Amino acid sequence: MASIIAVSRRTLLGCTGAFAVLAASPASAGMLPVEKDELTFGFIKLTDMAPLAIAKEMHFFEDEGLYVTIEPQANWKVLLDRTITGELDGAHMLAGQPLAATIGYGTKAHIVTPLSMDLNGNGITVSNDVWAEMKTHIPAGPDGKPEHPISAAALAPVVEQYRSAGKTFNMGMVFPVSTHNYELRYWLAAGGLNPGYYSPSDTSGQIDAEVLLSVTPPPQMPATLEAGTIQGYCVGEPWNQQAVFKGIGVPVITDYEIWKDNPEKVFGMTAAFVEENPNTAIAVTKALIRAGQWLDADGGANRRQAVEILSRPEYVGADPEVIANSMTGTFEYEKGDTREAPHFNVFFDKFATYPFYSDAVWYLTQMRRWGQISEEKSDAWYAETAASVYRPDIYRKAAESLVEDGYLDPSAVPDTDGYKPATAEFIDGVEYEGRKPNEYLAKFEIGLKGSEDVASVVSN
Amino acid sequence: MSTASDFMGDELSPAERRILKREKRMSRITRATGPLTAIGLGWSVPVMKIAAGDDARSNLRALWQSLIVPLIGIVAFLAAWAALAPQVQTSLGTVPGPVQVWQQVGSLYDDYQRGRQDRVAFYERQEARNTKLVEQGMADRVKSRSYTGAPTYPEQILTSLKTVFLGFVLATIIAIPVGIACGLSATINGALNPLIQIFKPVSPLAWLPIVTMIVSALYVNASDAVPKSMVVSAITVTLCSLWPTLINTALGVASIDKDLVNVGKVLQLPTHKTITKLVLPSAMPLIFTGLRLSLGVGWMVLIAAEMLAQNPGLGKFVWDEFQNGSSDSLARIIVAVITIGIVGFMLDRIMAALQTAFTFTSNR
Repeated sequence: MASIIAVSRRTLLGCTGAFAVLAASPASAGMLPVEKDELTFGFIKLTDMAPLAIAKEMHFFEDEGLYVTIEPQANWKVLLDRTITGELDGAHMLAGQPLAATIGYGTKAHIVTPLSMDLNGNGITVSNDVWAEMKTHIPAGPDGKPEHPISAAALAPVVEQYRSAGKTFNMGMVFPVSTHNYELRYWLAAGGLNPGYYSPSDTSGQIDAEVLLSVTPPPQMPATLEAGTIQGYCVGEPWNQQAVFKGIGVPVITDYEIWKDNPEKVFGMTAAFVEENPNTAIAVTKALIRAGQWLDADGGANRRQAVEILSRPEYVGADPEVIANSMTGTFEYEKGDTREAPHFNVFFDKFATYPFYSDAVWYLTQMRRWGQISEEKSDAWYAETAASVYRPDIYRKAAESLVEDGYLDPSAVPDTDGYKPATAEFIDGVEYEGRKPNEYLAKFEIGLKGSEDVASVVSN
Repeated sequence: MSTASDFMGDELSPAERRILKREKRMSRITRATGPLTAIGLGWSVPVMKIAAGDDARSNLRALWQSLIVPLIGIVAFLAAWAALAPQVQTSLGTVPGPVQVWQQVGSLYDDYQRGRQDRVAFYERQEARNTKLVEQGMADRVKSRSYTGAPTYPEQILTSLKTVFLGFVLATIIAIPVGIACGLSATINGALNPLIQIFKPVSPLAWLPIVTMIVSALYVNASDAVPKSMVVSAITVTLCSLWPTLINTALGVASIDKDLVNVGKVLQLPTHKTITKLVLPSAMPLIFTGLRLSLGVGWMVLIAAEMLAQNPGLGKFVWDEFQNGSSDSLARIIVAVITIGIVGFMLDRIMAALQTAFTFTSNR
């Protein structure tokens, strides 16, 4: 039906208005001959799908000769399944999804990613009651407000209270291989709490756990928090600020404070798609790099417009004030306690779009730490898996093409072999070196290391 | 209807002519009563009768019953809603009253306008791009693609209607022949009955994962006009809505008047003639009852199926609005609920009108 309307509209608009727009359209010499130009991408309604929305609204996709429809998906599982079956040509994915799918945790499929969509962007929120208790264990800073970053050690007494009263302390996260799951577990373990293990036979992730973590879809998190089913959750925006606006919870920490500039979402496509449509993959990467660049341009000058676009019902749909609360340079913790957070969402700066192997390896180490990878793997295995999933070669081709067209400054492309230098900017100060994953795992008190399996660490 | 007085020429006085005219009008209105009631305009009959000069009091009473009382009911409901809604606080704000819901209807209309403008701009840009390519001598790279924007609310309603129609037609194609077979042959009925009874109560949400897997495996080259999500939703609708038609058809066929069956035997009618001349016409009322029930069930099931199968219709609209969690979301969901109700009501009325047109009942 749409094509019938299309024909009549095309003939109608054949002459009118076309020449006025001519001046505005960019050079088409940079357009690659793409194999497949009508694409459908999926996303979940979180603010960090912004590069997809911007690439569409600012016509970056069209500049590459791509006609992209973007559709919101019901949940992360549906999004992953539809990408695997080919109904979606690509999707906004959690950094852990392509890795888990490729190694066979969950549905097995070789998924690759040529681009990281953003850094940071998550928060951990707890209910008002839990916060009231936690606050008594948090030292006040010089301005009288709670000192940040808040360690999970302040949560430990509250968890103790619950457990001694015979109740379970539950928290929600969005998907078993989500960045939220690993960040929440990292934060809890850094505070001395055991978040539980996975085993091949028990995939609940709650073996031997002091805090029980379960999967909840993001939009249902505020409601379940209010209902008391969970006492806290780790999720992206706008769901932490929503809790503040509705008065049902308090964000206690952002993932920027857990691991400074951690990789968050990636753009995933199946390996088969990328192989059959190499130019298309490069074109998509080009458009998304431009979108990321636009989002971070001039220290956030475009963020207001981005908020307006994202608040449309077909994108994120939340109220613009709620979205703006985290995307325009600040983040609100307790009601009224707004703090500077210029890097809450990083879409392009600090090489945010480059797919670093060390980022992939970190997620793999956390999968091993909690038992999703049940056996010990060699350092070489981590490097190989990261190299099969992350595709900086596609990124470089896209970046070169953009530099040629004049859209990208050559200094924006990192000079790297894929491994970031060793960093200790974690909440517990443990140093991470991407080339030595097993050594890294051995540094943690809580978590599997070496050749341990869940049975050997479970306290009876 | 012609009366003897029609042939009596112009010996009538003006008064008698007026009475004749009135009688004719009344008879026309009476004939129209059936179809009008079927499409829900039954309340207009007393109005027309009063206009035609009939006795006012009995018609006013009929009008009161058919129009004023329902209107009072609706207004009372709206008043109760407007009074009670602000009392309930949810995490998405207070439950919206009729006014906020009406405002969202306006907002949806604005979104629709914006979508149309986007569509126009999209084709303009495409034209510009193609013109430029031709100028640069790359005429082989000229492409014409259809609009890639999100579906507007009317488009979503249309998608839902298309899907339910697809599912309903599939259900009818399966259910009626099987129902006729069950009704005619006690053996087939005995064989199929346990299966029918077991599969009848299964909820659409339970069928959905199985249907999704099977459709993903079998329907490999999905066309744009009938995407996989539409097929999944339509088949789920079929699986849940074929039971009323099947059971009612079997019942209707089994309860044909025995005299008619004997007449058929006496005339030694072949099977296909028995079916088309005897069975179908006498089972029609029950078959149509089954079809109406099936369509009603199918429409309900569709909304649930769409939410999970991601078919871009009303079900997905409700789910997406819930995921949005904005302060307008609840009101928009209520708009969708009312739309679903109105569309379901209209579908039912259409079936009822078809039923009156195609069947003969002892009470007209």
